[in-house]
Amino acid sequence: MKPAPFLYDDPRELKEALALLGREGEDAKVLAGGQSLVPLLNFRLARPERLVDVNRVAGLAYLRRDGEALRIGALARHADLERSADVAAGWPLLSDAVRFVGHPQIRSRGTVCGSVAHADPAAELPVALAALDARFHVRSARGARTLGAEELFVSFLTTALEPDELLVEVEVPAPPVGAGSAFVEHARTHGDFALGGAAAVVAAGDVRLALLAAGPVPVRARAAERLAVEGAPAGEVAEEAVRGLELSGEDADWRRALLRELVRRALVTAAARAAS
Amino acid sequence: MTRRVSVEVNGRPYEEEVEPRLLLSDFLRHRLGLTGTHVGCEHGVCGACTVQLDGEPIRSCLLLAVQADGRSLRTVEGLAPAGGALHPLQEAFHETHALQCGFCTPGFLLSAEAFLRERPDPTREEIREALAGNLCRCTGYKAIVEAVERAAGHFQRP
Repeated sequence: MKPAPFLYDDPRELKEALALLGREGEDAKVLAGGQSLVPLLNFRLARPERLVDVNRVAGLAYLRRDGEALRIGALARHADLERSADVAAGWPLLSDAVRFVGHPQIRSRGTVCGSVAHADPAAELPVALAALDARFHVRSARGARTLGAEELFVSFLTTALEPDELLVEVEVPAPPVGAGSAFVEHARTHGDFALGGAAAVVAAGDVRLALLAAGPVPVRARAAERLAVEGAPAGEVAEEAVRGLELSGEDADWRRALLRELVRRALVTAAARAAS
Repeated sequence: MTRRVSVEVNGRPYEEEVEPRLLLSDFLRHRLGLTGTHVGCEHGVCGACTVQLDGEPIRSCLLLAVQADGRSLRTVEGLAPAGGALHPLQEAFHETHALQCGFCTPGFLLSAEAFLRERPDPTREEIREALAGNLCRCTGYKAIVEAVERAAGHFQRP
């Protein structure tokens, strides 16, 4: 249960980090919070030739309000999100979601951008960020690009990030005015990997619904969102949200039923919060 | 290929040459002889290896020793004040029988200590949630939660 040998770099500047990834990216893994990567290293399920540790790169550890948007830098930890009064006031969905991320020890080190780049379909923040129409800013030695959630999350543990690219910031627009939001999930024990979950943002004329552990990537239930805007009751919206899902395995029926109920609860709670 | 690591642990400075792949848990135990930090699962679920990095609870099996360079660490050995007294948490664990084999205990103590600093007057539910990242196979947790409540009471005393 110890990592295999690897080459190790801890660049101090973003330019340096990107140059390293540009040269060595194919055989390298980025180390940020390490809460997903290091277990894989310990199990030797991942055996990269090189680790590029970005924890000492200057200028990445920020979490700030910028006009109407929230900007989350690459080294913002889950704990920073959890403690932020700005986030609780302006993006309560994120405050709700981050409380379900692992345990306090995980949240001390784990990063928001790392969780996104790792793209576990049972991860809370990618789903909450998808519901909030977050934009993902990516840099490499070749330049910069910005992606939406649907472009970024490609499959199970797979994003559209190239080997030489680093996710440097997540930009989260303000939720719709007067919106209420809710994040719900079900796991066997608190802090365990979610078996299902839902993020809902409800405002007049604007409903967002994203599902957790409902497929290989966060699922925005667009058809269900339209039904909700038209005023359909929560149960009907939830039914629509889970209808098209491709769920595999013996327990697919149970998982569909679980998701339907979680969606319903998220919608009801979010709507109640919008009203108040 | 080794790297130099300079780290302060429980107020004492240490300097060692380490391979980058050396985990902090192994660094503490094998290099520094601080065996109070225990190793349970080595993949970040059991919490036995919990230490404090600049006061924040972390899983030392998920940090490379090289990442601690220039940082300050606290292990269970640094909990009790000098002079033989116990830390109030240790006292409370003793009083409520919150340890049997003691394997999980250092991890619980450091998680709880960090938690009570942030939340000095917690509810029982909040304690349970805060300690959810630490597993115990012996006690059934009730006595541990009571110990943390009791210690919180101590910290509340004027």
